[in-house]
Amino acid sequence: MTDAYVVGVDMIKFGRFPDKTVPQIGAEAAHLALDDSGLTIQDMEALYCGNLGQASGMVGQRILQEIGQTGIPVVNVSNACATGATAFREAWASVKAGLYDLVIAVGVEQMGRGLLGGAGGSKGISKEGLLGSGTMPSVFAEAGMEHARNYGTTFEQFAKVSVKNHHHSTMNPKAMYQIETPLETVMNAEMISYPNTKLMCSVNVDGSAAAIIASEKKAKELGLMSRAVKIRASILTSDPWQERDLVMPDVNTCTRRAAAAAYEMAGLGAEDVDLVELHDCFATAEILHYENLGLCDDGEAGRMIDDGEVALGGKVPVNVSGGLLSKGHPLGATGIANIYEVSTHLRGEAGQRQVEGARIGLTHVIGLGSACGIHILEKAS
Amino acid sequence: MSDSPLPAVDYLKIPDDGDPYLEGYKCSSCEAVFLGERANCSKCGERDQMEAVTLANSGTLYAYSIVHRSFPGIDVPYISAIVDLDGGGTVKGNLINVDPEPEKIEFGMPIEVVYDDALGRKDGEGNSYLSYFFQPSNAAS
Repeated sequence: MTDAYVVGVDMIKFGRFPDKTVPQIGAEAAHLALDDSGLTIQDMEALYCGNLGQASGMVGQRILQEIGQTGIPVVNVSNACATGATAFREAWASVKAGLYDLVIAVGVEQMGRGLLGGAGGSKGISKEGLLGSGTMPSVFAEAGMEHARNYGTTFEQFAKVSVKNHHHSTMNPKAMYQIETPLETVMNAEMISYPNTKLMCSVNVDGSAAAIIASEKKAKELGLMSRAVKIRASILTSDPWQERDLVMPDVNTCTRRAAAAAYEMAGLGAEDVDLVELHDCFATAEILHYENLGLCDDGEAGRMIDDGEVALGGKVPVNVSGGLLSKGHPLGATGIANIYEVSTHLRGEAGQRQVEGARIGLTHVIGLGSACGIHILEKAS
Repeated sequence: MSDSPLPAVDYLKIPDDGDPYLEGYKCSSCEAVFLGERANCSKCGERDQMEAVTLANSGTLYAYSIVHRSFPGIDVPYISAIVDLDGGGTVKGNLINVDPEPEKIEFGMPIEVVYDDALGRKDGEGNSYLSYFFQPSNAAS
């Protein structure tokens, strides 16, 4: 099988664009990624589009109606917060399979404001606040409290994740926010679902990101190898049965399985990874994934954040983009925005937030329900 | 409109004569316990091996969150709790009769399941509902 490379990748600055349509927002990222590769929509043989909010709305085709209806096959993908990563993976798989030599993946989302989720169905009476809470901040608070139960992780340690990621985003002009949030600010922010305060919840924003994937032959033929990023692994898992499944979505097991499979596919270990963009939908979640991704041993995640090992300049910087907490979390775009961030570091083009000497990077997303997508990327030599 | 309260969820059973209880479905092949009626086991994949079981009204607190912001009309703060029932089955609900403060809540604390009106909530037809709640098992009810 051929190797597959990212030869163009970009994202728009995340924000709120109520006056634009979803296809318009997606088209902007598609244009940016095409420009980054120096190619045009006429060069693309297929389009893979990730979007949740209009999952039945043929968003991929409508993006082509904005930028060029070339008649290529379009696959529209919906997979909760793993939507963008799934679209990227489908694009990768088509190149690996030898179907196409040049394809584009676009992730796009236009979000409302406020709480996502809620307990129970619509039958009878509302269950929210009656049978606990099904809001996303509560669900991930409970997942964090499971870690606290096992390892004594503290509210302060969870809060430090937000301090770090908000700090990182001050160096990322494409992040929604560029604001320092000291520890006391994070801990004293409005409590949403203990231990997640408002500053420990990801930001609902509109956004898009896109990537162009090429076969090795095509990338060489087009002279695009100098900035190319090799896709060393692409893994997607769903959640295996767990005894608390029905009341406690399990984001851990599917991540652990995906990580193990990704390291095996890449022929690498966690110790080889120079930077990570992981799914910090809530500050509590980030802590869990240090261990799930093998960045540290079980029970070491609290120490890892305390010691600054996951901050820029540390052993393995995590979410130097600002993460979902500060860059923002446009659900369908997030998985490809992660690819953009890691690729930018591998290319040595990340400016002030550059992870020095980055050679291998890992991206991770979780879609509750559940889907876990992991990609391992390497600077092409 | 029903004369007597309806169950807030399908797995809460209200017998004509007897106390309300939570019903699980247990796989006779692998012993996995689920809430609510189902035909197949998602742990082992066996078909038509599920048996209805009465879940215990006692258990221990596994994890929780203290909810301070919810949707309009929902009283906060409250404790959203995940409880492992004795003998199998994990259930989520409100933990009551405990102050919603982290210092007052201990992992593993013994819990009992109690049944009461669903916080006055009614459906569009005016039906009342019976729900279940968790409280510390040493609390006076």
